[in-house]
Formats: sequence, structure tokens, C-alpha cells
Amino acid sequence: MIQVAALAVLGLLGLGAVGAALGRRVAGRVLVYGGSCVACATLLVAGAAAMAGAGSGLALPVGLPLTGAHLRLDPLSGFFLFLIGLGGCGASLFAIGYGRHEDEPQRVLPFYPVFLAAMALVVVADDAFTFLFGWELMSVASWALVTAHHREEGNAHAGFVYLVMAAFSGTVLLLTFALLAGGAEGYGFEAIRTAHRGAPVTAVIAVAALIGAGSKAGLVPLHVWLPLAHPAAPSHVSALMSGVMTKVAVYGFVRIAFDLAGGAPWWSALVLLLLGSATAVAGALQAFMASELKRLLAYSTVENIGIVFIALGLAQAFRNNGLQAGAALAMTAGLLHALNHTLFKSLLFFSAGSVLHATGTVALDRLGGLVRAMPWTALAFLAGSAAIAGLPPLNGFVSEWLTFQAVLLRPDIPQWGLKLAVPAGGAMLALTAALAAGCFVRAFAIAFLGRARTPAAAGAREGDAWSVGTSLGFAGLCLAAGIAPGFVIDRLAPVVRALVGQSMPPQLVNAWLTIVPVTEGRSSYNGLLMFVFILVSMLLPAAVLRGRVRRTAPWDCGFPDASPVSQYTAGSFAQPVRRVFGSVLLGARDRVDMPDPGDGRPARLVQAIIDPVWAYAYRPVGIAVGFVARTLDGAQFLSIRRYLGLVFAALVALLLALTLWQ
Amino acid sequence: MAVIQSLVAQLVQMTVLLLVAPLLAGIVRKTKARLQRRRGVALLQAYWDLLRLVRKEAAVAHDASALFLAAPYFVFAATWVAAALVPTFAANLMFSWSGDLIAITALLGSARFALALAGMDIGTSFGGIGASREMMIASLAEPAMLAIVFAVALVAGSTQLSTVAETMLNGHVGLRVSLAMALVALLMVALAENGRVPVDNPATHLELTMVHEAMVLEYSGPHLALIELAAMLKLALYLSVVTCVFLPVGMAGGPERLLPDALGGAAWFVKVAALAVGLGVAETSVAKMRVFRVPGFLGAALMLGLLGVLLLFVSQGM
Repeated sequence: MIQVAALAVLGLLGLGAVGAALGRRVAGRVLVYGGSCVACATLLVAGAAAMAGAGSGLALPVGLPLTGAHLRLDPLSGFFLFLIGLGGCGASLFAIGYGRHEDEPQRVLPFYPVFLAAMALVVVADDAFTFLFGWELMSVASWALVTAHHREEGNAHAGFVYLVMAAFSGTVLLLTFALLAGGAEGYGFEAIRTAHRGAPVTAVIAVAALIGAGSKAGLVPLHVWLPLAHPAAPSHVSALMSGVMTKVAVYGFVRIAFDLAGGAPWWSALVLLLLGSATAVAGALQAFMASELKRLLAYSTVENIGIVFIALGLAQAFRNNGLQAGAALAMTAGLLHALNHTLFKSLLFFSAGSVLHATGTVALDRLGGLVRAMPWTALAFLAGSAAIAGLPPLNGFVSEWLTFQAVLLRPDIPQWGLKLAVPAGGAMLALTAALAAGCFVRAFAIAFLGRARTPAAAGAREGDAWSVGTSLGFAGLCLAAGIAPGFVIDRLAPVVRALVGQSMPPQLVNAWLTIVPVTEGRSSYNGLLMFVFILVSMLLPAAVLRGRVRRTAPWDCGFPDASPVSQYTAGSFAQPVRRVFGSVLLGARDRVDMPDPGDGRPARLVQAIIDPVWAYAYRPVGIAVGFVARTLDGAQFLSIRRYLGLVFAALVALLLALTLWQ
Repeated sequence: MAVIQSLVAQLVQMTVLLLVAPLLAGIVRKTKARLQRRRGVALLQAYWDLLRLVRKEAAVAHDASALFLAAPYFVFAATWVAAALVPTFAANLMFSWSGDLIAITALLGSARFALALAGMDIGTSFGGIGASREMMIASLAEPAMLAIVFAVALVAGSTQLSTVAETMLNGHVGLRVSLAMALVALLMVALAENGRVPVDNPATHLELTMVHEAMVLEYSGPHLALIELAAMLKLALYLSVVTCVFLPVGMAGGPERLLPDALGGAAWFVKVAALAVGLGVAETSVAKMRVFRVPGFLGAALMLGLLGVLLLFVSQGM
């Protein structure tokens, strides 16, 4: 299987060259996206096959001298390869239609397949060098895609922030692998696994892996690049970055923390739970207040990554205490949520892309009423919204439900910190789910319902067959994964067993596709029955009530206002939540700017939000870097004599230090 | 044969809930009227109101989309299915295994999601105000509800309402501080979720104070009937959850035999009717809050629930 995956990766790299050569032609677009779709389908099949298999390796004579590159497909990489294949397949299909609206396709086509190839390379890598090479290639390729529209306002800045954070993430991961390979004989994962390390080194590895992979995944407070970079890219790339690349980062973390590093200190689970909760709540809150559709979706990605990390934290907490069954449940929930998020976030970004093309904007307050002009896109977006809000019978609910079940296992955890953090994580997850529901009511209602707020929104047209079909297909997958989650859970069993030593009980043996995490008396859920019963209960009154429907003017308490300006806007919908949560957590303040009597300018309502992460974590660092740069600025303009003197002084100082140290 | 029997029991439960729900709303209304020294409308007026609405035609705004037309059916269906999962006269009904208390909460969340969208569909500012406030209230009420679920589930070792009811019936649980906290929190959440005083006022039509009524302002005829019925079902559901978890006395263990079932049904009706009277008394004795006082109220419920959960987590090792 690994040979097939390697060939697909090679094919994708080749497609990059095709994209560079034929970037401006129609044939280039069809070739690149069609080819990517085929390659991703191959990855999908290879990944799915590897999830059940024992794993197969492949050594390539490229890469580092003498060692070469090692690739391997085991169940874990199989699952994430499956995710990449799934998301990549969808994005490529979508882009066959959507890509024709690209003004400068030569800026997108060469990098798109390379980006896919790099992600696949990360998950199949079996040595530190190949992993890091794939990781950096993934960063660079996606950076090129983020800056594809670099002339649009804000995108250049987004690209810059992204590049800085990607470099940071890469550096920290380099350090992590250096520590991992320190005691091992070589950079191969097998050697790393068997190496012995002291407790302090393990602790540093746990933290470094969290920082390195977490900043790519979008963990608070390392998430700042994500809401800037993801919306800046073309929509199908946004879908890939949010739906797939963040999962590759999750893979990196799981691979290091659960597989390579061996053990982890108990408090690493506490850190995971706390960071996951903070990420989930912060993401949900920011998404609630975002005023642009794609930025909202990016913040919601942050939120979902938080949910995944809460589940991973639970798994870590249980595993460290020898509670394998609980760890298996939590790990399954986390991986299932990763899959679900790939499905609905890709779908949501596809629909947002269709909206962007149809109206030329994603600013919520310039949209409205799109459900009439774009009914199919609206349907897909509605399905995605309901799924991401965790509403039964769709798929988002299942993974959140499983996470809740893991919280409620209430096993004997000896550490007090974890005893308190586990239910707190559950409560934060509940808060997140509720906020996400409100957030997506807002997103869907402001963009698709009501009346058009601008002529552009009024003149929108439905997208092409490829993009609409792909969106609807993913909506169907969301429903399928919601009513038959047992299929996925059973496929995940080998993956989970490899990570925590045990897996959830098989689900497909239960009657009617019921899922039973522990025992039937404890809890069970049946998405299929839920779906059927809701459908029947809807049809029953519909059959009985054959009332006439008369179209008329809206009632609105007797004073309907014909102007679409009087509708609720994105800002006014968010106002209650902004006031309740935002004033505490984000320093949201509303100020009325009232002109003095006789002053002709209009009164204004000024809204301000202080993002504490920017204000207290990044700005001081930025100021410090600026200060150091200015201080050292003088050293740029010295004469050659002085430079040589500096070199000589440095040499003497080093030799002196060496002598003293010995 | 057994399958048919349990299916019949399940259908009986769903029908009984559907039939009793308007009566409960009538009891609340009557209690409030009597406490205000009015005679009030007839106990059965809610049924006549629903019938009257069903017979009328639905007036729908020109701008309304298909979602507006479908939402009442979905809201009704999701609420009804959620109610069907709550054991009333007997535990272990056929359908009760397809969802637990978390699923019930989430189903009600689905109904709310659809209703809030429908409120925004026509593009009137009342719909917007209702929807945005409803989602704000839900953003606190839902986590509070889940905290309560956690507390109950930790005591009973299950989130399945049938199992919970049986555990509580067996009497090994005893009096627990955390359960008392959960009960208080559940009552507070129930008030908020059903749009009752002090959070919302179902009788109001004063624009600035209404939440639920503002969302459904554009509905009429059979659509309105379905939404009203769903609201009544939701009230019946919450009252049933309270009795099922904290007062399952008289509930039959399973739907097999007729006599315990009938007794269980009678006991259930007495309990929920008593709670409905209590709700009427409670609503009369407090005043409605300003909208932005509600987060404090629900935050207290959330903290109570969480405190109960923490007590359970902490006390376990001892």
C-alpha cells in the first residue's frame, strides 16, 4: 500500500510541474485539479486499506545521505492519509468548477498539488528528516497559496504572520525531534520509539511537541495566524487548510505524544485539557463576533481543534493512569471529531467560496437572502452549520457525545488537578457547543436568510455543477456519518488500539446501528432511528394539516419596514453574546461618540474588542524584537576593518569560553 | 409479538404526551389566573386554541423561503421525538435506548436552531431580536443543562433516563447535596428553556421584552399551532424529566403489564400536574427580569450544576 501512496505523492509533485507549465491555460486547470482528484482518491483508498492492515514500509534512496528517506503506512498514518485523500478529493472536485473564476491561476496551480503531496508526505514519513521536510514543504506551499491574492488588502500581512508562525512551529518541532533522536541510534521512528530518555527530557518533549504541532493546528495562544491566513487563500485552499492541514498538525502531535515519546508526565494531560478548553471557547466566541464569513469559519476551526485537543487530553489522562478503556473512548471521540470536522468544514468553505464568487464579498453585512438565488448552496451550508453546531442526527453530535461519555466515565484518577480538569473540560465543551450553535444560526441567517442587503447579493447566481455537487455530496457524507457512526468507529479501532492499547467495543454488532460506548445500561445513541423518527414525525402533521397558505406582506407587529437596512445585522445579532461574554473575556466595549451641540458630524457607536492574545502575548514580543532590531541597526553599516575586528573578538571569546569550560 | 407490544407502548407514550401537554399549559394558566383573583379561561382552552389555529389558513410573507415553511414541522418533530425519549409511565420503552439525556438536550437544541433561523427568515427586526436573544440564553442554558446531566449521570452511572429512574427508584442513592444542587439548577434551566417568568413571558406582547414570541411573530394558522404545541410539549418534557430523575415514584419498570403501567401513568400525571401548579405559583410570585439580568440567573444555574459535578468528582476518592 505504501508504494501506491508514494506513487500518488510523486504524481502530485509532477502535477505541480504541470501547473507551473500550463498555469494560464484551461487545460492546466482541468489537468491539475482532475489529476489531484485522482491522486487523492488513491491516497484515500491506500489510507483506508492501511487502517486495517499491519503496516508496510518503504525506503527511498533520496533525502539525507547514507540514510535515505523512510516511508511507512501504519493504521494511524492510514487514518490521516484517508482524511487528506477525502478533503483533497473534495477540494479538487470543487475546484474543477470553482477554479475557473481564478484571476491568476498560475499563482495557485503549481502549489496546490505540492501542498497536497507535502501533507501526505508528513503522515507517511517514518523518519524525523522526512517528517520535517514534509512539514516545511507543507508550510511553504500553503504560504504560497495564502499569498496568491497578495494584492488584496490584508493578505500580504496574513502571509507574513503565517510565515513567521510556520517558521516558529518548524523550529520547535526540529528541537523536539532533536531531543527525541538524542538518545536514539538514528532518525528513524523505530529507533526513536525504543530509545530511553530521562524524565526531564520527556517533559520538555511533551511541551515542545504541543507548541510545535499546536501552533500549526491553531491552539490558543498560537492560533493568531489561522484566522488571518485561512480566509486569505482561495476558497478550495481554505477548505484544505482548515479541513485537512490542521488535522495533519493533530497527526504530528498524536504521533509524537502518543507514539514516539513513549510516556508523558501526568500534567501534560492537564495542560492539554486546559489549552483545549481555552482554544474551544476562545474560537467559538471569536467566531460568534466575526463579521466575515470565511474568517468566522476560520475561528470555528480554532474552536474545533480545541474540541479535538480536549478529547486528546482526556485520552492522555486516562492512558497515563492505566485506564485503557477510557483512553480508547476519548481517543476515538477525538479522531472521529477530526474526521467530522474535515467533512463539515470543507463543505462550509466550499459554500463560502460559492458565495464569494456569486456576490464578490464574504462580509456578512453585505449579504442576505441568498437562499432564494442559491438554494442548493444554502442547503449545503445549512447542513454543514447544523453538523458543526453538534445537532442530531448529523455527525458533529456523535463525536461530541462520545467526548461527553468519556468525561462521564468518572474513573479513579489519582491526580487532583485532573479530577477537577476533566469535568471542567466537559463543561467548556458544552459551552462551546452552545456558542457554536448560536454562531452558525448567525452565519446562515445573516448570509442566506432575510432580504438582500446589497445589489450584489440580490443579483447572486447559483454556482456551477461541480462546486454545488461537491458541497451537496459532503452534506450527504455529514448525514451518513451521523446516522451510521458505527462504521467509522469500527474502522478506527485498530488505530486507537495502536495508540492506547485498547479500542472501543465493536459497534456494528449492535442492532439497528446503535452505538454503545461502554454498556447498554450506561448510554447508547442511535442516529438512524433518530433520523427516521424525526422524518416520520415531520411527515405526520404535514399529512394531517393540509392548510391553505396565503402569501402576504410580513406582519412585523403591524409596521413592516420595506427597507432591508432595518434587518438585524451580523453585529446586532452578536450584541447579546458580545455583551455577556465578550465584555469579560475580550474587553468588548461599546462607546457612543456623540458630537457636541453645533458640531455637524453624525453620532457614532464605536465598538472595540481587545484580543488579549494579541495585546498581552504578541505585542510585547513584537515591541521587544523591534527594539533589538533598532539597537543592532548600527552594526549594519560598519567598515570591513571593524567587521574583521568583530569576527576576531568573537573567536577569542569563544576560545576563552571553551578553555574556561574545560 | 414483543416488538409490536413495545412499539404500541411507545406510541401510547407519544400520544399521551401530545394529549396531556396542552392540559398542562392550561393548568399553569389557570393557576396564575386564580392567584390573580381572576376566573381565567377554561382549563381546556389550549385545545380549542390549537384547533382554531389549525382550521385557519396560514398567512406567509412574500419573502419567506422554504425554510420558513418547513421549520414548524421540524421544530414539532424534534421536540416530540425528544419527549418520546423521556420515560413517563414506564421506563425501558422501546425508543428510549436510541438517545440519552444528552441527546434530548441536543434535540431541543436542534428545534431551537430551526426556530431561530425561521425567526430570521423574513428579515424583520422582531425576528432578529428574538433569535439573537434566544441564542444568547441558550448559550448559557445548554451548558447548565449539560452540567446537570453530568451530575445526575455521575450519581446514577448512566446518562440513560430509564437507568437513571431505576437507580433513583432503588433507593440506594440517598440524599445528596450535589443532587439537590442539580435539582435547583434544573428548575432554573427549565424556566429559561420554556420561556417562563422571570426569563421570558409567554403571555407578553410587549415588543422589547419578548424572546420566544418575537421569533414566532410571523407565524399563523397551522404553522403557529405546531409551534405552540411544540412549546407545550417542551414544557411537558421538562416536567417529566424533573419527575423522572428526582421523583420517579410509581413508574413501572417496563411496559409489559397493563396495571403497573396504568398506575405509573396516573402517578406521572399527578406529579406533572402538581409541578404545573407549582410553576404557576412561581411565575406569579416573581417579576420578569431585564434581558441582561438573565445571564446572571443562568450563570448561577450553570455554577450550581458544575459545583454539584465537582463535588461528585472530588468526593469519589474518599
